[in-house]
Amino acid sequence: MNVERDLSIGVDVGGTNTDAVILDRKGRVLASTKQPTTEDVVGGIRSGISRVLGDIGERRSEVSRVMLGTTHATNAIVARRGLSKVAMIRLGAPAATSWPPLIGWPDDLAAQVLAGAAMLGGGHMVDGTPITPLDRDGIRRFLDGLDGSYDTVAVCGIFSPSYPEQELEAESLIREHVGSDRLVFLSHDIGPTGLVERENATALNAALHGMARSVTRALLAVVEEEGLDAVTFFAQNDGTLMSIDYAEQFPVLTIGSGPANSIRGAAYLSGTENAIVIDVGGTTSDLGVLVGGFPRESTLPREIGGVQTNFRMPDILSVGIGGGTVVDVATGHVGPQSVGYRIDREGLLFGGSTPTLTDAAALSGSPVGGRSLPSLPKAMQTALAAALDVVTDRFEEAVERLSLGRVDLPLVVVGGGGFLVPKRLASAAEVLRPDHGGVANAVGAAISLAGGRADQMADLDDREAAIEAASRSAIAKAIQAGADPLEVSVVEVLETPVSYTARPAVNVSVKAAGPLAHLSAAVATSR
Amino acid sequence: MAPNPLSTPSESACLSISADDVPALAAGAAIFGTGGGGAVHSSRRTVEWSLREHGPVDLVRVEDLTDEDTVIMMAGVGAPTVGIEMLSALSQPETLLREAEHFLGRPITVIMPAEIGGSNGVAPIGWASRLGVKVLDGDGMGRAFPEATMVAPNVAGVPCDFSIQCDVVGNVSIRKPVDLRWLERHSRATTVASGGITLAADYPLTAKTAQGAVIRGTVSRAIDVGRALLSSPEPVAAMAEKLDGDVLITGKITDVARRTGGGFVRGSVTVAGTGQDRGRLQRIELQNENLVVLEDGEVLVSVPDLITIVDAETGHAISTELLRFGQRVAILAWACDPLWRTDRGLQIAGPAAFGYEIPYTPFEQKSGVR
Repeated sequence: MNVERDLSIGVDVGGTNTDAVILDRKGRVLASTKQPTTEDVVGGIRSGISRVLGDIGERRSEVSRVMLGTTHATNAIVARRGLSKVAMIRLGAPAATSWPPLIGWPDDLAAQVLAGAAMLGGGHMVDGTPITPLDRDGIRRFLDGLDGSYDTVAVCGIFSPSYPEQELEAESLIREHVGSDRLVFLSHDIGPTGLVERENATALNAALHGMARSVTRALLAVVEEEGLDAVTFFAQNDGTLMSIDYAEQFPVLTIGSGPANSIRGAAYLSGTENAIVIDVGGTTSDLGVLVGGFPRESTLPREIGGVQTNFRMPDILSVGIGGGTVVDVATGHVGPQSVGYRIDREGLLFGGSTPTLTDAAALSGSPVGGRSLPSLPKAMQTALAAALDVVTDRFEEAVERLSLGRVDLPLVVVGGGGFLVPKRLASAAEVLRPDHGGVANAVGAAISLAGGRADQMADLDDREAAIEAASRSAIAKAIQAGADPLEVSVVEVLETPVSYTARPAVNVSVKAAGPLAHLSAAVATSR
Repeated sequence: MAPNPLSTPSESACLSISADDVPALAAGAAIFGTGGGGAVHSSRRTVEWSLREHGPVDLVRVEDLTDEDTVIMMAGVGAPTVGIEMLSALSQPETLLREAEHFLGRPITVIMPAEIGGSNGVAPIGWASRLGVKVLDGDGMGRAFPEATMVAPNVAGVPCDFSIQCDVVGNVSIRKPVDLRWLERHSRATTVASGGITLAADYPLTAKTAQGAVIRGTVSRAIDVGRALLSSPEPVAAMAEKLDGDVLITGKITDVARRTGGGFVRGSVTVAGTGQDRGRLQRIELQNENLVVLEDGEVLVSVPDLITIVDAETGHAISTELLRFGQRVAILAWACDPLWRTDRGLQIAGPAAFGYEIPYTPFEQKSGVR
């Protein structure tokens, strides 16, 4: 008799805790745990996986997938550790020579990462016209001149997201010239238009390569140690998954997966596809929006370790309100100072002397940690009660900002400080508090689909062709990330008008996603 | 016209702009953008880099120009969305300058921004630094406008008989247009052929012809306003004071409407007052820039006076494309240069030029505003 092997482990590494869950095929949480995040990251992941496996006993043999949201890449960049040396090639000179590659990087990061940079002929204009002929000899001469002092090559061509073939040609040329032991990373695989940000992201990706390989090996070792016959996936910044091969090639896409997992997990646990999600922590509350099952994304520039990038990441609004937020009794101000994780020493509820929002909630009758407040002076009681009104106002305002005027969306509350959110808010249809809200991000990792995205700029008259081309490209990327080719579909088409152009133009951005291929294959072979 | 706020009591003839002044200039240029003008963040970093490499740039006032000076107006032309991908070539400003000098038969010593609003108010400082020339404390518009015809030299009747344009590849077009409308037509066609973005220079001016043909003091004014924004604990109020303007309302955006038609993106935004302004409702009519503010059916301010929507807390300008429901904003309004209030100025850039059939009234004369 064949047992269905449909259990998934979801793991999410946070700043303080590493959360792990096991979900069954129906999405029910069978086990969950929070373990402290370790400095090497792998340790916390190992503890998390080990713990939840222990909780399901013999059913561990049914685990077929492990999904991982990790902070390795961010940590490596921020700490300037374990980064590879990159040879950076930009195609499109003399265009863009006013801003050489990596000029804006912090000096210490550039010194670690950059073996050398060249601005060479090539690139395209917005309509596909080549800027200058591709400088093939220039590419060869530049790499020869570096005399082997680099580990990886990054290539960024002007308008390559719309016209990727030239970067692919450069890749073949480079492999032919230097051999295939050095990897080449192409910007059109990594980001949308916005030359400097995309080039930066590509260079970062190339710099993360060495680290990516060792992390994936370490994680495969953990899975093997536990005796699991499971496939491992990594969470991307947009809430979709990628296979381990894809993650090894594009480690930079794992940056910022946490917020996406949190939003998707929270909404999933409460059974909604469209919602506002609030994660109330010790110092801040982070709000995001779920639309059609995916986090709404922001295209504002992001900075990672001092480097400007344009990754698509969830549109998160952070509010300085958390369980440890300090209430100034004299002025009535609420935060932004917070006692953070020291709440269990400094909060009034725990015998400390700092009035916090946790104390305000306890005073109003919320059952917090099974403790009770000491008797408090009248002035302090009044201030704490007033503080909760301020909190409600701030949450109302934040929800309204994200809802863009809609009042029919539910608000899903997760996080240790969730008791600060009132039972009703005018700007939301209802307030939901799902079970297992504390490990929503690990759940989010476990339920993710495999996805890909592609962009194309076109004249308004040609938008249909642009949508079709971008769709094909997005679907191909999703399949490459691990989606089942039979199940993958376009899930989002965004059109943004382009202003100040001679003829009306649009930027088309398509996202495709689908369930992982492995599951279908397992079903097929288990007959 | 407000006096140059950076003048020292001894009325020095020159000030200089260094890399440290660039954040204030960028923030101030965004304020003068009146909702348009192109995002300043990428010009800002390029200019900071240029100034660190080539040193500070001298700022010269119109009244301090000498007979040895020739001024030329320089600007980027084209779509900002193309501009963030196909960045300019390092040599473009120099190409323009050398070709212009060759044609005119004399050295160009001063560059002037065509529009102080947005990225075109910041980038010229970097070009000047690299070229070793001065920057005029003044510009062609005093704000941002969508059309090349909407410039002070045109209002002043300076003939536009020379224009030069170059692209990233190095193609140079030198023109002797019949008038500005024809120049605009040819320039747009060339910009399209060049891939959507070019650098252009026109209106070579002398010390004499510059008088009355530029909006004076705007570069130093932008820096001043930017400093108020970045360093004041009450940035919105501080800027209103620097600009000798008003905060029309502080509130929350409750509606954003956009419609496309006739090649323009027209729209309107409604702000519901909060705090002291609770109960009030104002509507801003906009295209690429903010153009008219109405309350209770009455026009409070209109183009060519300046209207900028700013973040109520930080004071930073919000471009028309980034306006969203729920944002906490304040509407800042202030007077335009008197040049725009002349008959010719209003004909070129008054409400009718943007399709609004309303009479123009200088905003400081409106009841209930001051």
